[in-house]
Amino acid sequence: MSQSVMTPDENLSKNMGRSPAEGHEPKGEGLRGFMSSSRSDYLLLAIFALAILTMPIWLAPIGAGYPDILQKFAIFGIFALGFNILFGFSGYLSFGHAAFLGTGSYAAVWMFKLLSMNAVIALVFAIVVAGVFALLIGYVSLRRSGIYFSILTLAFAQMSYNLAYSVLTPITNGETGLQVSGSDPRILDHMFGSPSGRGVPDFFGIELQGWPGFYFCAILLILAFFVTMRIRNSTFGLMLFAIKSNQNRMNYTGFATRPYLLAAFVISGMYAGLAGGLLAVTDPLAGADRMQWTASGEVVLMTILGGVGTLLGPVIGAAVMKYLEQIFSSFNEGVLHRTFDFLPHGLQEFMVTITSPFVGEGWQLTLGLLFMIVVIFLPGGIMEGVRRISHRFRRGRGETNAAPAHDGH
Amino acid sequence: MTSEILSIKGVSKRFGGLRALDDVNLGVRQGSVHAIIGPNGAGKSTLLNCLVGRITPDEGSVTFDGGSLLGHKPHQINQAGIARVFQTPEIFGELSVMENVMIPAFARKDGAFRINAWGRARERGEVRDEAEHILDDLNLWSQRDQIVNSMSRGDKRRLELAMCLVQHPKLLLLDEPTAGMSRADTNNTVDLLKKIAERGVTKVIIEHDMHVVFSLADKVSVMAQGTVIAEGTPEEIKASPKVQEAYLGGAHL
Repeated sequence: MSQSVMTPDENLSKNMGRSPAEGHEPKGEGLRGFMSSSRSDYLLLAIFALAILTMPIWLAPIGAGYPDILQKFAIFGIFALGFNILFGFSGYLSFGHAAFLGTGSYAAVWMFKLLSMNAVIALVFAIVVAGVFALLIGYVSLRRSGIYFSILTLAFAQMSYNLAYSVLTPITNGETGLQVSGSDPRILDHMFGSPSGRGVPDFFGIELQGWPGFYFCAILLILAFFVTMRIRNSTFGLMLFAIKSNQNRMNYTGFATRPYLLAAFVISGMYAGLAGGLLAVTDPLAGADRMQWTASGEVVLMTILGGVGTLLGPVIGAAVMKYLEQIFSSFNEGVLHRTFDFLPHGLQEFMVTITSPFVGEGWQLTLGLLFMIVVIFLPGGIMEGVRRISHRFRRGRGETNAAPAHDGH
Repeated sequence: MTSEILSIKGVSKRFGGLRALDDVNLGVRQGSVHAIIGPNGAGKSTLLNCLVGRITPDEGSVTFDGGSLLGHKPHQINQAGIARVFQTPEIFGELSVMENVMIPAFARKDGAFRINAWGRARERGEVRDEAEHILDDLNLWSQRDQIVNSMSRGDKRRLELAMCLVQHPKLLLLDEPTAGMSRADTNNTVDLLKKIAERGVTKVIIEHDMHVVFSLADKVSVMAQGTVIAEGTPEEIKASPKVQEAYLGGAHL
């Protein structure tokens, strides 16, 4: 891997007389790390796909081997991946992305009601509607940058949330939430004589509940990951990283930065729409609470926890958060007693007493602590921790490889 | 031969009560190196800011290559062919040297906005060629994969120059390119700028170092208190008693 900078054919056609990349080490840590080769990208994609599809096996020992939670990992992984395209790549922190998540859910449920229980139609519509919505909000919010941009997005999201409860009740069904029912027209289903009586979303006949539901979400997550990877390495991706690094220079270099940012905003809004649509697919119900600011804050936390601007980080951050939310919140004193069963009685009581505030309803305390620890000690998120460990590991082996395979995943 | 690529006529700019620019007239000939000198606060950088669209003058006109520059955004002005090197390098600190040079090359090839979210940036052959060429030229080839933040100050300045040159600008604006440099670095920069001058890129250069000015410039304008007080060849400026009085404090050069 001594020529990790270029593909071999490029080396042949160019750089005659130069000695590319030999004995040559990149210094410092960049936003994008080292430009990765396409081979290592596809290797990463393959490993990622394998890891996602086998989650039911390797996550079973920690109690997460059931479809409901794994679906959540995948869906919020998509949400965070898209959010990272805006926040991680271009540096613009949106505090209102839950608006697009909610919009996606509503759009999908409306498709279930009007046209068909087929998930594909619902998801396409969810992505389109969220994209259009993002175009409008982004167009206005991107007139400002920094904290003002964040506040504008937050204001828009809260506005959407309140509208869903008030003026837009005919569309959102207010506090009850939007649901499918037997009396829905479902025009396409009736036309083709396949009315899904049970009101379960399907993928051309496969009901998307339980394991099929998880695998459907997982495949979409892998696709979303692949697209994000392409964007990251593309010219467009490079421009976003350049805007994050020095927007002034971008202007004086001849780029109209706002359209680039708007494109990133819309793309990440579409990811959120897809995630929102998938939430409706796995459970055909849409409520306005999905648009609340806490949901917007959640995706920010996921991204920072995992590693801003990295490829894998947001997915890992989403999984960690959903795990804490689903599993830790279900722990009670009984579980703790069993966990510390091996200790002498007094010590067991003591351990249960000091750990019980961190589980059950107190799971957010654990999350808060974890978040603090990560931000203070690993500003680059969990991915930075992984990178540090792998560096140490590599150094421990005595630096046999001359060229570091620093690829910034 | 003697056509003006840039002409500034009657430009004034006020900031509150301060007259930063007061009826500035300046013409830059195609292919020349035009130096602007003057004491701090004379309005040199303000004038440069008017040229790149950072600020809009209150009065006057700025014509470049047959069209007016006024009312255009910085990116439009760059696309028209003006590149600027800043007093403190404006570069992409977190990206690699290669990426830093490829980005401006993309601006030249793809224009102000074009989305290519699929093709790999580093596999755009023409852009890579340009970038590699300029890195080779400016002795940055061996550092091409280095993250810019970890480079020395002098290298950063050279990189910013490379970023401007890769765009093949019609007009290059240099704001104190040797400020804070050692004598040796200054000499290297002068040699480099001379090398570029041979290619016929028109340059406007703001500089305090008289050695640099007199070894590079074809023409010198002296600014003081927001206006041009003298203009001429380096020899004329050196000899002008008015300039020595106003700017050089009477010191003999």
